[in-house]
Amino acid sequence: MKKWQDNKAWFMVIPVFLVVAVSAILPLMTVVNYSLQDIFGPDQRVFVGIEWYQEALTDPRLHAALKRQLLFSSLVLLIEIPLGILIALMMPKRGWAASLSLVLVALPLLIPWNVIGTIWIIFMRPDIGLLGAAINGLGIPFDHTAAPFDAWVTVLMMEVWHWTPLVVLLAYAGLQAIPEAYFQAARIDGASTWATFRYIQLPKMRGVLTIAVLLRFMDSFLIYAEPFVLTGGGPGNSTTFLSIYLVKLAVGQFDLGPAAAFSMIYFLIALLFCWLFYQALLKVGTGDKS
Amino acid sequence: MSLKWMAWTLPTAIFFITIACLLVAMTVWQIKAPSIERKGFLPIATTPGDRLFIGLLSSAFIHLAWIGLTSLNLWIAFVLALIWMIVLMRWG
Repeated sequence: MKKWQDNKAWFMVIPVFLVVAVSAILPLMTVVNYSLQDIFGPDQRVFVGIEWYQEALTDPRLHAALKRQLLFSSLVLLIEIPLGILIALMMPKRGWAASLSLVLVALPLLIPWNVIGTIWIIFMRPDIGLLGAAINGLGIPFDHTAAPFDAWVTVLMMEVWHWTPLVVLLAYAGLQAIPEAYFQAARIDGASTWATFRYIQLPKMRGVLTIAVLLRFMDSFLIYAEPFVLTGGGPGNSTTFLSIYLVKLAVGQFDLGPAAAFSMIYFLIALLFCWLFYQALLKVGTGDKS
Repeated sequence: MSLKWMAWTLPTAIFFITIACLLVAMTVWQIKAPSIERKGFLPIATTPGDRLFIGLLSSAFIHLAWIGLTSLNLWIAFVLALIWMIVLMRWG
């Protein structure tokens, strides 16, 4: 039977293309335009060339924010991925207990981001907060509004509490998809729990874990609402991540030109990581281990 | 619809028109002679579209590195990026 190609299907893409053009491409072009000008008002602007890029790339505050951002994203991955796998392994596999634990685990994902920040402000308050007061009660001085280390611990705990459930759900789905025959073979061979995990469960979860790493890295790299509500970037600048610094620059100081140049650099870094993870995902899909 | 709010300048207009022309040219090329993935000096197999994307992204980083690390004329970075794009498209 002769196959023929109907290119009319391409017309179905036009609405999506229009939405993306209006919501992403035109604003991105505007940011590029802004990044090369000094903006005083809607009709008052001066072309300054690469001046804002020079300023942004030699700005020690931006370098510090980028280092903090990379450290934060790395810590998030180091904690959330193993913890998510561990919780998924411990969850019931079937029956009402499996459904109940899935619902309970997913609860933090349903809470709006700014509410998460508010919850953790109250939870960690050194005077009346449940955990903050408890830690202080043990004789360990803890105040996330005054000590940078405490602020980092709080932001990390909040992030882990909020987003580890996503890793759990993905890992759980990966575990459930492994055929029972693999486990039967492992039992016949007398494989230990660790060997079963190392040589059956972990390789079989490779695809979902790559997606989890991609999602968690990108989300944590672009994080804004939760730390902004919780610490406002402080104490000092200790939790000022890239997005918080960007908003301070654009909205706080109304430096639209420098903020636009900063946004472009931020966008390019995010795009680079996105592409690298996308390549990793493609390799997982083809089973290429190189 | 007025596009004044986008704060256009001549250099950025030329930049985006060039990118748009490149994309149109690549699309026409793809329709006329459908490409296949091939392996060059890059560690992954790529289509011409992949190489264009990698080339544009890496060119952006070449320019950023030039601005951040040197005070030399940016046109030198532009020429380097152009050479890199040609090498990548041909042998990447």
